[in-house]
Amino acid sequence: METTSILPLLILVSSLVPGILILLLREEQIALRTSLNLFGALAKVGLIAWVFAGYLRGEEYNFTFNLALDLTFTLRVDQLGLLFATLSSVLWLVTTVYAIGYLEGGEHRRRFFAFFSLCVTASTGIALSGNVITFFVFYEFLTLSTYPLVVHRGTDKAVKAGRTYLWYTIGGGTVLFLGVVGLFVLAGPVYFGQTDIIAGLVEENRTLLTVLFFLMLAGLGVKAAIFPLHGWLPVSMVAPAPVSALLHAVAVVKAGAFGIVRLVYDVYGIETSGQMGVLTPLAVLAAFTIIYGSVRALYQDDFKKRLAYSTVSQLSYIALGVAITGVLSTTGAVVHLVHQGIMKITMFFAAGNIAETYGYHKISQLNGIGRRMPLTMGAFTIAVFGMIGLPPVAGFVSKWYLGLGAVQAGSYWVILVLLASSALNAAYFLPIVYRAWFCEPEQAFVRPQRSGLLETQASLLLPVVVTGMLSLAAGVFAATAGSPLAIAREIAEKLYLTIP
Amino acid sequence: MTHLPTSPFPALLVGLPVLLAVLGLFFRARGRAAVGLAGSFLTAGLVFVAFFEVTQRGTLIHILGGWEPPLGILLRLDPLAAVFIGLTAVVGVVISLYSWWYLRAREACTGGFPLFWPLWLFLWAGLNGLFLSNDLFNLFVAIEVVGISAVALAVLSGSSAALAAGLRYLLAAIAGSMAYLFGVALLYGSTGTLDIGILGQVLEPGATTTFALLVITLGLMIKTASFPFHFWLPPAHSSALPPVSALLSALVVKGTFYLLLRLWTEVFGVSLTFAVGQFLGLAGAIAVIWGSWQALMQDRLKLIVAHSSVAQLGYLLMIFPLLVLAPGVTAGSADWLYPAWTAGIYQVLAHAFAKASLFLSAGIIVMALGHDRIQSLRDLVAWMPMTALAIGIAGVSLIGLPPSGGFMAKWMLLKGIFLSGQWWWAPAAFAGSLLTAGYVFMLLRLAFAPAREEGPFRPVPRILQVCALLLALGSFLIVLPAESLIRFLEGSEVFGTGIETIMEGGAYGND
Repeated sequence: METTSILPLLILVSSLVPGILILLLREEQIALRTSLNLFGALAKVGLIAWVFAGYLRGEEYNFTFNLALDLTFTLRVDQLGLLFATLSSVLWLVTTVYAIGYLEGGEHRRRFFAFFSLCVTASTGIALSGNVITFFVFYEFLTLSTYPLVVHRGTDKAVKAGRTYLWYTIGGGTVLFLGVVGLFVLAGPVYFGQTDIIAGLVEENRTLLTVLFFLMLAGLGVKAAIFPLHGWLPVSMVAPAPVSALLHAVAVVKAGAFGIVRLVYDVYGIETSGQMGVLTPLAVLAAFTIIYGSVRALYQDDFKKRLAYSTVSQLSYIALGVAITGVLSTTGAVVHLVHQGIMKITMFFAAGNIAETYGYHKISQLNGIGRRMPLTMGAFTIAVFGMIGLPPVAGFVSKWYLGLGAVQAGSYWVILVLLASSALNAAYFLPIVYRAWFCEPEQAFVRPQRSGLLETQASLLLPVVVTGMLSLAAGVFAATAGSPLAIAREIAEKLYLTIP
Repeated sequence: MTHLPTSPFPALLVGLPVLLAVLGLFFRARGRAAVGLAGSFLTAGLVFVAFFEVTQRGTLIHILGGWEPPLGILLRLDPLAAVFIGLTAVVGVVISLYSWWYLRAREACTGGFPLFWPLWLFLWAGLNGLFLSNDLFNLFVAIEVVGISAVALAVLSGSSAALAAGLRYLLAAIAGSMAYLFGVALLYGSTGTLDIGILGQVLEPGATTTFALLVITLGLMIKTASFPFHFWLPPAHSSALPPVSALLSALVVKGTFYLLLRLWTEVFGVSLTFAVGQFLGLAGAIAVIWGSWQALMQDRLKLIVAHSSVAQLGYLLMIFPLLVLAPGVTAGSADWLYPAWTAGIYQVLAHAFAKASLFLSAGIIVMALGHDRIQSLRDLVAWMPMTALAIGIAGVSLIGLPPSGGFMAKWMLLKGIFLSGQWWWAPAAFAGSLLTAGYVFMLLRLAFAPAREEGPFRPVPRILQVCALLLALGSFLIVLPAESLIRFLEGSEVFGTGIETIMEGGAYGND
C-alpha cells in the first residue's frame, strides 16, 4: 500500500540538519557536536526501524514535491531502497562512534563530522530516490560532500588523491548527466519500477537506448569501481580510517553498485536489458574486474591498499549478479550489497585499529598481532572467512546464490570466475590471518599509542566487534524473516513475477 | 503597442539612478559614498515596486513626452526586461553593500575612490535603459552610457595594468558601438523607422537587411566578449577593483546579450538562416572550451575568474542555434524552444550570482594577502572558512552540479539540444563542465592544502565575506521560484518564440 508521508524526508533531515549545525558550531564545542552527531545517527536508525516496521506491515512510504519545472523530487521507500538505507544508517551509527574515538584530539573535526553527516544524507538520499533525477542529484551531492573527507589530512598526498578522486567522479557524473538528460528527453521522468516505459520505446530507439545505457553505466561504474574506472579507489585510501570504512566500503562505492542495480532492474527492466544485449558486456566487464582486483590485491603490502583492491573485486560481484538473469543470481547480487558492506567495514575498522594502536600500516608488520589484539583480529578473521566464502559467514550466502544463479542461467563460466576469485581471496587474505595468529613477532612490540580496558580504546574496539558479529549473524540467521537474504529473495521474486 | 497599460515606472527606473548619480557629484568623499549607497537601496526599492507592478498588470509602457512611435520614444517594461532589471537590482545592491565596506577599508591609502558611486549609478541607469528601450537609437544611447561608465569604472583603480586594459576595453567598446550604429543607420535608411515593434513588421529580407544584421550582431558580439572577440575581457575584468569586476562580469556583459536576443527574435526573423544560428552557436561552443581551458592555465585568481566569464558567456550563445529553426520547422512544433529560453535565462541568472560572488571573494583574498596568486590560497579553509565556502558554492553552480542555478541552465540546455536533435553541441557542454570542474577544484584543492609558507591571511571585515556568501547562495536559491519565474516570463510575447527561416543557404529570401 502506498502512503504519502514525510518519513522518508525525515530520514534525510536526521543527518542533514546535524551536518549543517555542526558546520556552524565552533571547533572546541566538542560535547555539543558529539551529542548532535550521535543524536542524528540514533534518530536515523530509529526512523529507519519505524519505516522497516511499516514495510513489514506492507506499507510503502513516499514523498514528492516539485523542485522546479520538470525536476520532480521524489523519495520512495521500496524494498531495495530500504535495504540500502538500513545498511547506510546502521553503519553510520557504528562509524560515528568509531570516528569520535579515532579522531580524538585531531584537527578540523568540525569540518570532518559536518561533511561526514552530509555524506550519509547523500547516500540515504540515493537509497530512497524514487526517480532518476532525484537519484542523480544525490549522486552528485555525494561526490561533493566526500571530497573534503578524502583530503581531510591535508597532506600533499591527500590533496593529490583528492584530485584523482574528483577527476574520476566528476567525469563520471558528467557522463551520467548526459545519459540522464537523454533518457529524460526520450522517456520523460522515469520513476524507478516503471520499466514498461523503456520497454515500449525499445523497438524504435534501440541504438539510442543502448548508447544511453552505456553512458549511464559508465557514470555509475566510476563509483562502483568497475575496471577501467576504478583508479580513484586505491588512491583514496589516504583518507582517515572511518572514511575508508564507511565511504569506501559502503556509501560511495555502493552508490555506484546500487545505481547499476536500479538501472538494470528498475529503469530498463531485466527483460528489456536482456533483449538489448547490454548485459553480456556488463557480465564480462564485471568478471574481469573481479579477477583483476584480486590479482592486484595480491601484490599490495599496504594493508589498506590491499583492502581497497579487494573492494574493487568484491563490488563487481554485485554487477555480475545483476548481469546474469534469474531469481537466484538477483538474490545473490542484492544480498551481497549488504553483506559486502558489513564485512568490508569490519576489515577497515580492524586495519584502522592496528594503525592507530601500534602504528602498523603494512601487512609485513603484522606478525603476531593477533595475540596483542585478539578481538580486533578475531572480527577481522570472521570477515576474511566471509570474503572467501566459507560458511556460515555472510559472504558464503552471497557466493552460494551467485553460483546457483549462474547454473540456473547456464553460464557455467561464471562458476569458474567465482572459484578463481575465492582462491585468490584466500591467497591474499589468509596470509594476513596466518601472520597475525601464528607468526612470532619479529621485534618487540612498541607500546600501544592508545589504550583502554582491553586491547585498545573502547570506542575503536566496540564497532569492529559489532560489525564482525553482524557479518556472522547475517550468515547464520540468513533464513530468518527480515534478514538481508529474505528481503533480497523477496525483491528478486517480485522482479521476475511478471516475466515468464 | 498603445493598448498596453502606461505607467511612469519605466521612466523612473532610468531617471532615478541618473538623478542620484548627479546628486552624488555635489558631495565629497564620505557624503558621496553615503548618497551612493542610499541611492542603490532606493533604486533597488523602486525596482522591487516596479517588478511587483509588472506581476500584477503585465507589460507596462511609458511614452516619453506623449509622442507615440514612430515619432516619439517608447519605453517598455515587459516581464523579460523586468527579470533582467530585477537581477541587476538584487546583485547590484549586494555589490553596493560590499563596495561601501570595501572602499572604506581602503580609504586610508587610496581616498576611497569617491567617483565609484556616481559612475555605478550611471551604469545602473544605462543598464535599465538598455532593458527598457524599444527603439534602436535609444538603445545605442543606452549602450554608450553603459560602455563609457563601465570603462571609467574599470580604470578607477588607476594601476597601470588597469589603464592598459581599460584602453583596450574602450577601443573594443567603441568598435562595437560603431558597428552597431552602422547597422542601425542602414536599417533606418531602408525602413525609415527605429522602433523595434514596427521594424519587426516592416523589415523586408534583402541584402541591406542581411548586412545590417551582420554588423549589428558583430558589434554586439564584440561587446558581449564572444569568441573570437573576447580578448578585451580578461585583462579589463581582472585589473579593475573587485566590486567593479563583479559588476562588469555579472551584469554589464548580460546587457548586450539581452539586446542580441531581443533583436534576433523580434527584428531579424526574416533575414536569418539556420546556418547563421549554427555559426553563433559555434562561436559559443568554442568560447566555452577555450575560455575554460584558458582559466585552467592561469595562476592568478582574478584571471581565472575573468577567463571563466568568457566560457560562461559562450553558453549563452549556444542557445541561438536552438532558437533559429530549420526551414520547414514551425515554432509550434519545436518543443525545445522553451527549454532553450529557460536555459538562457537561468544561465544569465546563475552566472550573475556566481560570478559576482567569485569576484567579491577574489577581492577579499587580495585584501587578505595583498595579491591573488593562487598558490597562496593554501590553507584558506582554516583561515577564512566562509570565503572558502562561498568560492565552493559559487564554483559548484558554475560547473552546473545539482541543485544549483547553473545545473538548471545546463539541464535545460542539454534538453533543448537533445530535443532539437542538434546533439553535436553536447560534447562542448560536456567538455565545458569538466574543464570548469578542473579550475574550480584547482582552487578548492589549494584551499584545503596545508603548509603555508607565506605569512598569515590578514583579517578582512566579516561583512565582506557575508556579501560574497550571500551571492553564492543566491546562485542556488534562484532554482526555487523557477516555476513561477517561467510562468511570469511567459507574459513576454517574445519568451519561448523561435525564429522561423524560409530557405537554406544564402541569407536572404526570394527578393
